[in-house]
Amino acid sequence: MTDAARDGADPEEATSAPPSVSALLGPPPRIAGNRLDWALGAVLLTILALLAIPGEALLGPYIAGLVMKAMILALAAISLDILIGQAGLVSLGHAAFIGLGAYVTGISLEEGLYDATTILALTVAASALFALVTGAISLRTSGVYFIMITLAFGQMLFFAASSLSQYGGDDGLTLWSTSELFGTGILQDDTGLFRVTLTALAGGWLFAGLLAGSRFGRVLRAAREAPIRTETLGFEIFRYRLAAYVIAGVIGGVAGFLLAHQAEFVSPAAAAWQRSGDLIIMVLIGGMGTRSGALLGALAFVALEEGLSLVLHEWRLIFGPLLVLLVLFARGGLVAALARLTHR
Amino acid sequence: MSTALFLIQLLNGLQLGVLLFLVAAGLTLVFGVMGFINLAHGVQYMVGAYLALAFTGLTGNFFAGLALGLLAALVLGLALEFLIFRHLYDRDHLDQVLATFGIILFLNEAARTIFGPTPLTLDPPEILSASIPLMDGLLYPVYRLALIAVGLLVALGLWLVVNHTRTGMLIRAGATNPDTVSALGVDIERLFLVVFGFGAMLAGLAGALAAPIFAVEPNMGDDLLITAFVVIIIGGIGSIRGAFIAALIVGLVDTLGRSLVTDLLRLFLDPSSANQIGPAIASMLVYILMAAVLFFRPTGLFPAKGAA
Repeated sequence: MTDAARDGADPEEATSAPPSVSALLGPPPRIAGNRLDWALGAVLLTILALLAIPGEALLGPYIAGLVMKAMILALAAISLDILIGQAGLVSLGHAAFIGLGAYVTGISLEEGLYDATTILALTVAASALFALVTGAISLRTSGVYFIMITLAFGQMLFFAASSLSQYGGDDGLTLWSTSELFGTGILQDDTGLFRVTLTALAGGWLFAGLLAGSRFGRVLRAAREAPIRTETLGFEIFRYRLAAYVIAGVIGGVAGFLLAHQAEFVSPAAAAWQRSGDLIIMVLIGGMGTRSGALLGALAFVALEEGLSLVLHEWRLIFGPLLVLLVLFARGGLVAALARLTHR
Repeated sequence: MSTALFLIQLLNGLQLGVLLFLVAAGLTLVFGVMGFINLAHGVQYMVGAYLALAFTGLTGNFFAGLALGLLAALVLGLALEFLIFRHLYDRDHLDQVLATFGIILFLNEAARTIFGPTPLTLDPPEILSASIPLMDGLLYPVYRLALIAVGLLVALGLWLVVNHTRTGMLIRAGATNPDTVSALGVDIERLFLVVFGFGAMLAGLAGALAAPIFAVEPNMGDDLLITAFVVIIIGGIGSIRGAFIAALIVGLVDTLGRSLVTDLLRLFLDPSSANQIGPAIASMLVYILMAAVLFFRPTGLFPAKGAA
């Protein structure tokens, strides 16, 4: 059933007077409590910041790298949550932006461009352009068709990356040196990169929070709940959604930029559809519509992946059924579970 | 490109199309009738291939292996429906994506653990292992021709079932308007079980038939699943006819694209860049096709829903 059909069939819609703007765009839905969302994120980020002070000295290079990877994925998951949790747009191609950012970075470095700000600007421009074009086409569809068309664009990017034979093709590209920020080696040093990544994550988290509370965020949610009413009120849903898609894409691209620096390696696998699936899992196990949930989800995902693989080499044998059980019995994700605990 | 080579590519494309149809048929019905996104459908294909391989090894006979493999694939499909999927029908699509993604992880890893990560091969049965000359200088394996024939026969059978039996009528009604069907007193749960088991078996059949042609490996279902999704999106969700036509189109476009695009590009690019861009464009071709179809027809070529 299309959204239009459902709206049309709603008897209330036909008889009641049109709701006022303030009623429609009222306070954001308290999925798990807005205050909890801010508090949880602040706690998580503070813990990460405390880890960043001693840096590698405390964690050791392996764990530090893992935490960095988790933070980068968390940034991408937060951006995906803007789409899924706010706009109600389930994208199964979000990893494409990570891949795009990583490849723009990798190719720039390979071509001898070492200035981080220039590379970042290129990354943002490329992600925005890709999001603008693919978003404009994808948003013509809705529901399942949207899931599939975003997947298709993700696959296109994946195959495009695989075909870059002068940049490693299927095997990926090892980066022998990474970029310089304002002439300093801060991005080349693990502790420095950790801090930069944390700053980017905190920035993304804060931005997503402000976005959710803004008029823009309210229109996105209104359009998700009642597209026809929102349209009738004079909002051009398409533009809002496209803007959200571009914003999420750019943040995803920045995550790719950071990933290339952290891994010192880029490969098409960063853009694979399974990676997009992972991002959705992170958003959902955290609790969708809550940016701190996406943050927590990404950290939990990486911790689970790593923890389970310590227990069993074939960790997916445990992780797969765990996901199924999570869906069947723990609805609303970790944040909802936390909310239930704190309300007791 | 010579005529003989072109004909071989045409047959290979047809063969891929037929396999895609077998997978897509179940996918589009499960999707159309139950509104259920089953990402684990591709795993059924992988499971079918491994089961056929294992049972052929056990019995020493390809056909016995095929039959037992199909039966086991059906049992697995029914078990999954009963244990997991049944509880997800009225959940939103995200939950379904997540749960079926979990099943993919589990079954892929299970296959890797049991059979090892290296690709395995299965020999085609003795009587179908020959090649026959189709025209001068063109030998084509009989097994591949048999595969195309079986696929077309199954398509015909499916068309008969869907269009000329009572169950088929219910399936079509369910794809168009499941609420009404349920309200009319049809045991929708049993209908779902039938559709699901049948779809799982068809995917298993595709995997078993593909085993002698492609390498049997743990992740073989993933890529095929995505292509099968492309097929049902192009064909229109819930439409068997759409899935059939789209499967053949996608199979042909993909196969012919891989051999023709590079040649075409050579006409107006220098050979080295053509060799580089060609394969990339060829791999993207079906996705470009899907994006183009959705651009002009946002619900596919033959949408089943909203038709009534």
